[in-house]
Amino acid sequence: MTTLHQPAARPPSADPPPDDGPRRPSRRRRRETGLFWFLIPGIVVLLLFQYIPLLGNVIAFQDYQPYIGIMHSRWSGLDNFDVIFNGDQAFVHALVNTLELTLIQVVFVFPAPVLLALALNSLVSERLKKWVQNILYLPHFLSWVVVVALFQQMLGNDGMLNLFLRAHETGSWNIIGNPDLFKALLTSQVIWKDTGWGTILFLAALSRIDTDLYEAAAVDGASRWRQTWHVTLPALRGLVILLLILRLGDALSVGFEQILLQQGGVGLDQSEVLDTYVYNNGLIGGQWGVSAAVGLVKGIVGVVLVLGANKVAHLFGEEGVYRS
Amino acid sequence: MTTLSPSHPVRRRPRRSYSAIPGETPGSPPWRAFKSLILLVCVVLVLLPFLAIVSTSLAGADQVNRAGGYVLWPDHATFTAYHALLSGGMVSKAMLVSVGVTVVGTSLSLVCSILLAYGLSRPGSFGHKPVLLMLLMTMLFAPGVIPSYLMIKELHLINSYWSLILPSLINAFNVIVLRSFFMGLPPELIDAARIDGASELTILRRIVLPLSKASVAVIGLFYAVTYWNAFFNAMLYINDASKWPLQMVLRTYVVNNAALSGGQVNAAAGAPLPPTQSLQAAILVLSIVPIVAVYPFLQRHMNKGVMVGAVKG
Repeated sequence: MTTLHQPAARPPSADPPPDDGPRRPSRRRRRETGLFWFLIPGIVVLLLFQYIPLLGNVIAFQDYQPYIGIMHSRWSGLDNFDVIFNGDQAFVHALVNTLELTLIQVVFVFPAPVLLALALNSLVSERLKKWVQNILYLPHFLSWVVVVALFQQMLGNDGMLNLFLRAHETGSWNIIGNPDLFKALLTSQVIWKDTGWGTILFLAALSRIDTDLYEAAAVDGASRWRQTWHVTLPALRGLVILLLILRLGDALSVGFEQILLQQGGVGLDQSEVLDTYVYNNGLIGGQWGVSAAVGLVKGIVGVVLVLGANKVAHLFGEEGVYRS
Repeated sequence: MTTLSPSHPVRRRPRRSYSAIPGETPGSPPWRAFKSLILLVCVVLVLLPFLAIVSTSLAGADQVNRAGGYVLWPDHATFTAYHALLSGGMVSKAMLVSVGVTVVGTSLSLVCSILLAYGLSRPGSFGHKPVLLMLLMTMLFAPGVIPSYLMIKELHLINSYWSLILPSLINAFNVIVLRSFFMGLPPELIDAARIDGASELTILRRIVLPLSKASVAVIGLFYAVTYWNAFFNAMLYINDASKWPLQMVLRTYVVNNAALSGGQVNAAAGAPLPPTQSLQAAILVLSIVPIVAVYPFLQRHMNKGVMVGAVKG
C-alpha cells in the first residue's frame, strides 16, 4: 500500500530543499493553523457545556435566586457548606447510603466479571463462547429505564415471579417496593446489566497470558487451583488495580439514573444518595446554593480520590491510570 | 498520558490446536459441567426477561388475562398492541422524537468528533496540547447537574430538542478512540497528499475517512445508542410532555405505571384497548428493538474499539 519513494514522489520545485530554512516554518505554521480550524467546533462545545457551567458552581457561594440570576444574587460566603461541615441530617443520611452502596458494589459487583471471565475462558468451544459472550454483553447497551422496567415486569408485585409464586400457592414476595431489599435490588440490577460487558477487558488480559507459564507450572506439579492462583490471577492484577482506582474515583456516585427512577416506590430513607440529594434539593426543592455546594464538594473529592489512588498505585509499583 | 495497558510483557504463542484451553490443565469433568451450568444460568437470566416481554406484547388479550399478566409463549401472535401504539398518539410521537434526536445528534456528534480527533491526531499542530488536555479533563470531572441546568436555561434551550443533543455532542472517550485510530494510519499517505497540494479537509475526506470507515461506524453507533437511551436530559430540560422522547414515555407509563388511556394510544374504533401489560411490554420492545438491530454490527467491532481506547491515549 505504501510504496512511496519520498524523493521521487516530490516534484523538484514544489517543496524547498531541507537546507532552505526560512520558508519551512511559515509553511508549517499555515498547515498547523489550518488544522486548528478543525478543533473549533469541539472547543466551542466543550467550553459551552463543560467549562462555562463549571463557573456556574459559584452559586455554591451565593444565596442564589433564579429570578435574579447569578450576577445579582447575594454572596453568602461559606454558608451553603454548613450542611456538609455541620452534618445536616439529610445530607449525612445521603452520604452514608452512598458509601454503603459503594462498599456493597465493590464487594459484589466488582469480582463478578472476573469470575465470569474465568468461566468463559475455560469454555471448550470457541463458537459457543462467542455466542455466550454476545448474549451477556447485550444488557450493557440498554438504558437504565429499560433495565428498571424489565426488573419491575419480572420481580414486581404483579410481575412474573409473583404470578408464578401465587399460582403455586406460596404467597408473594415483595421485592420492588421493599426498602429493606432496595440496595440488594440495585446491586443485582448493576450485576445483570454490566457483568457481561465487564468481562471484555479481563478476557483480553487472559488471552495474553503466556501459555508457557501454565506448562511450567504443570511440570512443577501445580494443580489447577494453584495454576489459577499463581499464574492467572497475578496476570490480572494490574487490570484489577486499574479498575479499582477508577471505581474509587466514582465512590461518591452510585447509579444516579437508576436510583432516581426507583425512588418513588421505596422512600428516601434507603434510597437517597448524594446525587439524588443534589437533584431533589436543588432542582426540585429550590435550595440551589446548598445543592450546588454539595455537588461541588462531591466533584472535588472525586478528583482527589482518583489522583490519590493513582499515587498509591504508583507507590506499590503498579502502572495505575496514567503517568505524567 | 493514559496508558491503560496491563504492565506485563506480552508474548504471543501459536495456540496448540488440540488443546481447548490454552495452557491451563483442563479441570475435572464435574467441575467443567458445573462451570457450564453457571454460564447457562447466566444466559437464561439475561434472555428470560426479553422472551417474556416479547411474548406478552404479542399474546392475545384473553391469554394475558387468563395468565394474570405475563405469558412466556403466545398461543397465537397478534399485533394489536403495536397497532394501538403506532397508529398516532403519544408513543408514535415519542418514537419520532427519539429517532429524530438520535439521527441528528449522531450526525452532529460524528462531525464534531471526527474533526476534533483528526485535528488532535497530528502532534505538534497549533493548540494541540491544551485542547487535548481540555478534552481529557472532562473525563475527570463533570460540571454537575445544577450548573448544567442553569447553562441550558441561560441559552434558552429549555423545552427545545437541542437540549437533548448539544450537551452530549462530544464524548471524550469516543474522541480518544478515534484519535488513536487516526494516529495509527501510515503518515506517508497523509504527507504524500499534502505534498500534492491537498488541503487538510481534502486529506480528511479523501484519505483518512475512507480508511477508517469501520472505526467511524462503531463510534457512530456508540453515539447513536447513547442518544437513543438518554433519559435524564429529557427529564431535566423537557417539561412539555408532547415533546418527550421514548425513554420518558417508558418511564412514565411503564416504570411509574401511569394509566394508558385513549389519549396516548389509538385503539381501532370500537375495539377495547389491549391489556395494559401487553401495551407496556410493547413499548419496552419498541425501545429495545433498535438496539438489538444494530447489535450484530456493534458486537463485531466493539472489542476493537474498547481495546484501542484502553491501550493508547
